[in-house]
Amino acid sequence: MFGNAAKNAHSDTTIKVSNLNFFYGDFQSLKNINLTIPAKKVTAFIGPSGCGKSTLLRTFNRMYDLYPKQRAEGTILYQGRNILEPGVDVNMLRARIGMVFQKPTPFPMSIYENIAFGVRLYENLSQGEMEERVEWALKKAALWGEVGDKLDKSGLSLSGGQQQRLCIARCVAVRPEVLLLDEPTSALDPISTAKIEELINELKQDFTIAIVTHNMQQGARCSDYTAYMYLGEVVEAGETDQIFLSPAKKETQDYITGRFG
Amino acid sequence: MEHSSKQYDLDLEAIRSRVLLMGGLVEKQFRDAMASFLTGDVELAEKVMRNDEEVNRLEVSLDSICTHLIVKRQPAANDLRTVMATTKVITDLERIGDEVTKIARSAKNIQSRSTLIINNYASIKLIADHAVRMLHDALDAFARMDRDLAIRLIGLDAVIDHEFHEMMRNLITFMTEEPQTISAALDLLWAAKAIERVGDHSTNIAEYVIYVVEGKDIRHTDYATLFPERPI
Repeated sequence: MFGNAAKNAHSDTTIKVSNLNFFYGDFQSLKNINLTIPAKKVTAFIGPSGCGKSTLLRTFNRMYDLYPKQRAEGTILYQGRNILEPGVDVNMLRARIGMVFQKPTPFPMSIYENIAFGVRLYENLSQGEMEERVEWALKKAALWGEVGDKLDKSGLSLSGGQQQRLCIARCVAVRPEVLLLDEPTSALDPISTAKIEELINELKQDFTIAIVTHNMQQGARCSDYTAYMYLGEVVEAGETDQIFLSPAKKETQDYITGRFG
Repeated sequence: MEHSSKQYDLDLEAIRSRVLLMGGLVEKQFRDAMASFLTGDVELAEKVMRNDEEVNRLEVSLDSICTHLIVKRQPAANDLRTVMATTKVITDLERIGDEVTKIARSAKNIQSRSTLIINNYASIKLIADHAVRMLHDALDAFARMDRDLAIRLIGLDAVIDHEFHEMMRNLITFMTEEPQTISAALDLLWAAKAIERVGDHSTNIAEYVIYVVEGKDIRHTDYATLFPERPI
């Protein structure tokens, strides 16, 4: 349904959000969001707890569908279609727009199976093709060097940083267009964090990336564009350099300089 | 609005007050150097030269404090621009201190030559008054982050440059006509050049104020000419 990402290769925008409102029951947690996620760039979402950044991220792949009381209104255009409409194949959507969470979530399977499992749901590959795909995904996630010779070991036996990279490999294996990273390094030590930040910099050559982070310096280091959110609204969005050196709004400046609350 | 960390605010305030202390010291040094030049007070000139050590010490300690703030707080936006501007202001203040020391040295040398070049003192006093004014305004603009004052004083630098060149032309004529005064005339010229440099450094400080307030780096541009108010 969503076809090949190469079809849209000429476009500068991957996702376009218009008049998006989101509700947890009666509570409105996103208010009239309008923004674009540029192609093959990293867009960071920053803001205090409860500002709606994770909620926003989870609208991009209809994650909220899993919870009955949550609903979204408005338009999120992806590959020429509003993904909030009924009739959208959400499984396919989630293959094209993958997600990595704060806590690494490897399956209780071998490293090889962790990756092959998802691929098998969408593609019919031969043994040889699957092995190639697993290797490709692990290389993309900068993990092949460490686990290439022990693919049959359990995914759970890896360190935290490695598990997170395994989750990234798993996402990447089904050849998505977009990667959604929800505080991907919050649970990791500084060295693992640094490795993943470097990985993000490489991945953006092939994928569009949206990242939610509490760590402002990480936002400043990793992203090309930054959106500052507060109480369900996007207060300011723009090029990361500009947001961190000379933000247009005082509220943005107060947050990033720690004059908040 | 204050930082969530009170200590951060205290750290920034400590830097700010120390910069103003350094600025005040340099301003006093300048006035004393000019006084020693115009009155021939050699003791005052020597005191100015000795006191430059205190200016240098302040430069070193302030640079260290700024570096510590950067590593500890990783400042962003206006805080970052303020700290970066401060490190540059410190450098300009220290250079002003050096130029002022040259004025004091010229004062001492001229006294020892006992040559009279009275009619040129009036012109050096004129440049000096302008430069003292510029330095004072620059420090004032920095203390209050007054962007309009900074723009006005950038315009004044052209006046000082012009006066310096005028004075140089007059001195060259003078030296040609009365060669026995050349050594003393040159001392006068070095002093005038040093004063002109104080004007340049004060202009730099004004440019940093604009950087902090507007986030624009206007060095080496004609930014100030976009606002054609006559300097006071």
